[in-house]
Amino acid sequence: MGGEVKIATSPSKAVIRKPTSFYLRTVWAIVWKDLAAELRSRELLTSMLVFALLVILIFNFALELDPRARFNAASGVLWVTFAFAGTLGLNRSMAMEKDRGCLDGLLLAPVDRSAIFFGKALSNLFFMLIVEAIVLPIYSLLYNINLFNPGLIAVVLLGSIGYVAVGTLLASMAVQTRTRDVLLPILLFPIVIPLFIAAVKASAGFLQSLEMSEIWPWLNLLIVYDLIFLAVAFMVFDYVVEE
Amino acid sequence: MEAKPKLLSILDGVSVVMLLIATGMVFFYAPVEAVMGLVQKVFYFHVAAGWVGMLSFLTAAIVGIILLRTGDRKWDIVGLASVELGLVFSFINVVTGSIWARPIWNTWWTWDPRLTTATIMILIYAAYLMLRSGIEDPDRRARFGAIYAILGFLSVPLTFFSARLFRGIHPVVIGSNQPGAEGQFDMTPLMLQTFFFSLITFTVIFVDLLWHRVRLGRLQDRVEQLKLKLNV
Amino acid sequence: MIEVRGLVKRFGLKTVLKDLDFQVQAGEFVALLGPNGAGKTTFLRILASLSRPAMGEVRIAGYRLPQQAAAVRHILGVVSHQPLLYGDLTAEENLRFYGKMYGIGAPEKRIGEVLDLVGLSLRRRDLVRTFSRGMQQRLAIGRAVLHDPEVMLFDEPHTGLDQDASVMLDGVLREVAARGRTVVMTSHDLARAGDLASRFDVISRGKVVASVGRAEMPAAKLLDFYRASISIREDAARVSSEQPSSRIRM
Repeated sequence: MGGEVKIATSPSKAVIRKPTSFYLRTVWAIVWKDLAAELRSRELLTSMLVFALLVILIFNFALELDPRARFNAASGVLWVTFAFAGTLGLNRSMAMEKDRGCLDGLLLAPVDRSAIFFGKALSNLFFMLIVEAIVLPIYSLLYNINLFNPGLIAVVLLGSIGYVAVGTLLASMAVQTRTRDVLLPILLFPIVIPLFIAAVKASAGFLQSLEMSEIWPWLNLLIVYDLIFLAVAFMVFDYVVEE
Repeated sequence: MEAKPKLLSILDGVSVVMLLIATGMVFFYAPVEAVMGLVQKVFYFHVAAGWVGMLSFLTAAIVGIILLRTGDRKWDIVGLASVELGLVFSFINVVTGSIWARPIWNTWWTWDPRLTTATIMILIYAAYLMLRSGIEDPDRRARFGAIYAILGFLSVPLTFFSARLFRGIHPVVIGSNQPGAEGQFDMTPLMLQTFFFSLITFTVIFVDLLWHRVRLGRLQDRVEQLKLKLNV
Repeated sequence: MIEVRGLVKRFGLKTVLKDLDFQVQAGEFVALLGPNGAGKTTFLRILASLSRPAMGEVRIAGYRLPQQAAAVRHILGVVSHQPLLYGDLTAEENLRFYGKMYGIGAPEKRIGEVLDLVGLSLRRRDLVRTFSRGMQQRLAIGRAVLHDPEVMLFDEPHTGLDQDASVMLDGVLREVAARGRTVVMTSHDLARAGDLASRFDVISRGKVVASVGRAEMPAAKLLDFYRASISIREDAARVSSEQPSSRIRM
């Protein structure tokens, strides 16, 4: 290539050989960027939260939750709420990347594609957990059920991880289609059904203080689901973003 | 215009003959089941259709992996053909199942694990078709279709497993006896022969239809190509 | 610096780039001219490592695409139709984010330099959402030069800009070119391209059909040159499409 003129500080060459720390820093940069943008606009979290509360309200009338039914239906109502609010957030978070062509901007950077996936998945997970952290106490308060149960919190975490792993992958596909506004739930829900069933049953198990031996199969299913779909999403994400 | 391959014509003939024989076997060769009576005869084609449905979706997932690996779009038409056939056969499976369930379980429908899984499977592949219809760029359509076929197929066994943990009354005819299942029966050798013959017949029909559909897709491509050539 | 040989790109059955050859020396400023649908943007996306070629060889600074895309991305700056910026972040935050993505050391100093270069130092703490199209485009250039790339690609940078913004953009582009970078810019604005570029290549129906240096081409003649280059290709296409009947047998 020969003697091109170098100007200003040019540090980019120094980091071509980059260790895992660069990978992690990239993931974190994407998460930080999403959180900073969200902190300012609050569009995503507000819409997720308001929507979640509306769903709970509708369930209250639809199921006529008397104290007994309330207790039995709690885990189902909670997970339906999380799933609905979750799609809203996923859609918005990926649409933001598509808005001003930012996804191309990410792809132009010399970073691993999977780092982009994990970055987006992690910020989606954050948003989801924040919404869940607000919805759970409100739900406890409204229906007078104690939801502060370490087991339940573990289930919420495991369920959210799997949901966000598949959701981030499918949302990044959905935003690249013509029907992007309606497609995500249709793609996502049939695939997360096993996760959903397991999360509902495991949460119910903890709420009704069942024996751990009855809950473990569901927890195992959650863990297996999380591992399988994280691995697959990691492997195929390249094909979603690269032409 | 390429001529229809000879082997395909032979396969057409074989499919028709085998289907006739299988139908004959179901009605005249296999004995009438003692408890359930005539309605049990649905079972042969019911399971065969279910098997072919699974086989098609498996094919779509495998073809999807090949497509992503090679980047060769010719596999896309095989994947699409598999999914379309899988939907048709799954639908036959569900309808025949309902016909059987009405007298035996006393209901057209129940939220049994296999029924639930079959329904969700149909929904997954309906979503597959919707995803494809929303994408204009053929290469992207092929890639996204492949990815979704893989994801869908991975989730099916998990769905089945979770639904089974949830509850179950569906009979398990092949393999272990399951307590609590209604409508269970033991197969006599004649029944077993009919059953396996139906299975093979449906598999042959699947291969034949798949071939036709892939060929149709290729011809479609060719028409498009010629159109482009004229427009340029 | 850029070497492209026998490049073919298809969208489904449609061949967008047909056996395209293209060379750029280090330090050249090449304007890619051509009508809509000629394949300019597709070609630029391939150079930018965003799209994979179906056939042919693409090398940038000796690195092959798409195999060595990671190395190419380090030395490439791209300005596309869209600004590739986040509306809910400030100018500064956008640059800081991309700085991390490129692994830039001493980012604050570099961000300051870049903001000065594109003349946005005073608006550094404002949200990009509030920027006009011209300001967004200037920040997009800042984003692209942040990691001091050796090769820059511009895709229709003047689209949607008013007169003043265009003039300002030209200033930034000249500045970039004056610093010895290799630049490829697509455009259908002959007057603007004529002012900036050191070489003009015409792309038509997926091929580079003509190439001329600035020295041999007075600005006034550029339009004639462009029209002549395209019509040659159009005629050739017409001739070849008149006899496909021999190939179709039904």
